[in-house]
Amino acid sequence: MSDVVTTHELTMRFGGVIAVDAVNFSLRERELRCLIGPNGAGKSTFFKCLTGQYPLDHENGRVLIRGTDVTGWNTHRIVQLGIGIKMQVPSVMDGLSVRENLWLSARRIHGWPGADGAVEEVAAELRLGDILGRLVGELSHGRRQMVEIGIVLVQNPWLVLLDEPAAGMTGNEVERLIGVIHRINQTASVIVVDHDMEFVRMLESQVTVFHQGSILVEGPAHQVLNDATVREVYVGNRAR
Amino acid sequence: MTAWQSGGRIRWGWFLLATAILLLLPLVADTHTPTVLLIWALFALSLGMMWGYAGLLSFGHSAYFGLGAYTYAVAVINMGESTAPLLLAMMVPAIAAAVIGAMMFYGRISDVYMGVITLVVTLILFNFMSATAGDAYVIGNARLGGFNGIPGFQTLNVPGYPEISLFGLPTYYVCAVALLLCYLVCRWILARSFGRVLVGIRENEARCELMGYNVSAYKTAIFAVSAAMAGLAGCLFANWAEIVTPRMFSLGQAAEVLIWVIVGGLGTLIGPILGAIALGFVKLLLGEQTVIDNSLVLGALLIIVVLGIPRGVVPTLQRAWASIGRQSHQRHSKAGTARRRLGASPGEHE
Amino acid sequence: MDYAGVVGLEILYMIAFLALTSAGLAIVFGMMRVINLAHGEFVMLGGYTTIACHNAGVNVYFAMLVVAPVVVGIVGLVVERTIIRFLYGRMIDTMLATWGLSLLLIGLVTLIFGSTAVSIPAPISGYRFGEYQMGGYNLFIILVTAALVVATWAVLKFTRAGLIARGAMQGAEVVSSLGYDPRKVYMVTFTAGAALSGLAGGVLAPLTGLLPSSGGAYIAKAFITVITGGAAVISGTLSSAVIFGTVNQLVSFAVHPVIGEIAMLALAIVLLRLMPKGITGRFFRDST
Repeated sequence: MSDVVTTHELTMRFGGVIAVDAVNFSLRERELRCLIGPNGAGKSTFFKCLTGQYPLDHENGRVLIRGTDVTGWNTHRIVQLGIGIKMQVPSVMDGLSVRENLWLSARRIHGWPGADGAVEEVAAELRLGDILGRLVGELSHGRRQMVEIGIVLVQNPWLVLLDEPAAGMTGNEVERLIGVIHRINQTASVIVVDHDMEFVRMLESQVTVFHQGSILVEGPAHQVLNDATVREVYVGNRAR
Repeated sequence: MTAWQSGGRIRWGWFLLATAILLLLPLVADTHTPTVLLIWALFALSLGMMWGYAGLLSFGHSAYFGLGAYTYAVAVINMGESTAPLLLAMMVPAIAAAVIGAMMFYGRISDVYMGVITLVVTLILFNFMSATAGDAYVIGNARLGGFNGIPGFQTLNVPGYPEISLFGLPTYYVCAVALLLCYLVCRWILARSFGRVLVGIRENEARCELMGYNVSAYKTAIFAVSAAMAGLAGCLFANWAEIVTPRMFSLGQAAEVLIWVIVGGLGTLIGPILGAIALGFVKLLLGEQTVIDNSLVLGALLIIVVLGIPRGVVPTLQRAWASIGRQSHQRHSKAGTARRRLGASPGEHE
Repeated sequence: MDYAGVVGLEILYMIAFLALTSAGLAIVFGMMRVINLAHGEFVMLGGYTTIACHNAGVNVYFAMLVVAPVVVGIVGLVVERTIIRFLYGRMIDTMLATWGLSLLLIGLVTLIFGSTAVSIPAPISGYRFGEYQMGGYNLFIILVTAALVVATWAVLKFTRAGLIARGAMQGAEVVSSLGYDPRKVYMVTFTAGAALSGLAGGVLAPLTGLLPSSGGAYIAKAFITVITGGAAVISGTLSSAVIFGTVNQLVSFAVHPVIGEIAMLALAIVLLRLMPKGITGRFFRDST
């Protein structure tokens, strides 16, 4: 199976600090991968490099998505390839309704005629149907996260990048989210960034552990999460 | 129907009423003052559209107003016929705005810094035009005239008949039609996807980018459209005043249009129009006496509005009206809240 | 050679002029993130105060260095209590309200003093510099500005008030953690900024005829200088004053004064485009 995401020597510096250190990463088609690591390990920075949030040039290394070199691309161009992105801080339009948020996203792919239908579908799947008319700004944090996931899904992306999608969600919402992620994974490749080991454990995916800007270890969740080095990295960090 | 759709929906009843009033006004009043009020209303509409719906605040919108006026004057002096100059008066500001806008938006500049840059642009034009006295500064046959500006060019004529030039009542009708048409154009833009994306950009620009929309391109486009409308207003102003001066580029003019829009109401189309008409009228009244200074009134008004009614007069009135309505229609309150928040809906007034 | 000296002095003067007229705005912007568009009118008020005092027989130096700052400082205090303090955090609203304030002040001054120009003679006469006649008063302005910059730097570096001020530049939480009420700090800051503007206006009063609308000439340049300079009060304002002053005068001498103005404005756009956080957002990041 070919790679859907590859990075070559991806590097990101802030002043004197090396946040991402010549990382070589690859993700296969239809794979579900979690990127974990303690705070400051570089996983969020790495994520932002993938999503065009930092202006990269070839000094920073290369990022390829399905063979296309997207190093230095703007975010909207990357999204237009067919990629769905959810950032760490919920980014939704508080002043508009749930339906309007979803519609705006849907319209870009499905056009005016198809957008409404796509919105209804996603709303049904994410159980947002009863709040379609509510203003997003009035919703709970967890619900707003769900709306944002809906915004991402309605474009039928083949690669989905999620940064801390479960933050603020209730236990039920988390379970539903896990189901949604697995459902997405049937048609798309997924990268989830999170530092919550419990959530990652429940996802039961492949895991890549970041530490001090580099990849420490990769492997199946149950194996990695029980690995002694990994636990030390987490515990060491917390103690500090 | 979503609240968005009411942003693009035209309240035909009110629109026809307004049209009728405008058409019949000359029967009861002299048209000289109403003409300039309509021109100012168009100018305010251009800024209000961009600021209220796309969230882009141009501190120096007077630049495009002045560019439109000067372009018309220079072009009509050189060409002798007014159809091309009229079109140029819209195109030149639009192109200028596209260039400046692209420079700003593709450079991720917004908010305060956009305010500074747009302000500086109009200052540059003001300084430059004020200094163009003397025979050296000519474009074709048109002397730029420095601080005194360009007087005595011919006014709009019937296309193809340069001898039949408009003055007085016909100019009034041209301005009325221009305002009504531009209003319809604005409503049309808002009804389309383009308009909805603009509102999205205003609400959360980063999210729009993440949805795959090229935000910089949208902003540049609406900036250009807004500048074209401001240029049209400038061209019409040139026709009404029969002179163009650097004052059109001044800080004072830039401040005035801002005040009209913010007092009238951000987030509606009718707000800036009414704000310009009302405040323009007050300014003309005050100009005829010296006891109360115009600056004093405008300044006090702006402060009061920002502190007390930050959403402007029209939206505040709409909310008051809607809350009266809400008391009698409890179950519609949620939809009403959504519409009010969006500001895109004219509510019951239009 | 003389000519080079003249140009050099003129550049120095322009830098001082920009720094002096921007000082008040820079402090308020650097510490409170407030953009006071009535700043030019504060300067103008300082000028009118000085002229009124001079006409009433007060020593002109006392008027410009003491009375003007005090009077305008009081005006600033009133403005802060009645308008600014309700708008913290709302940058655009502050700009709009202060724009309204500037119109209001212009209207008031026109009402009180009328709209004809008033002026006072320069207390220091000109001198000869080689073949050229130079304004002696300009030297005074350069000296006052230099003293002001040094004094400000010293206060920020060595006094407790300065420490609080530097804390405020980092954010309100820092001020609170030092044990001071941010609102009080902001009130004092705005007042100090107004006083500085008044001082600038007083010092500049003898230069030209003063009109109620004179503030407009100051605000544009001060605004550009401060925003381009960035958040650091001293190094930011100084750096942009140096850049703009130099470019303005060089182009003015080389081509035409108006082109010099335009060159400065155009440069501002270029700089802002390249360094959106201002000069000190890009370089000198840790300076005051």
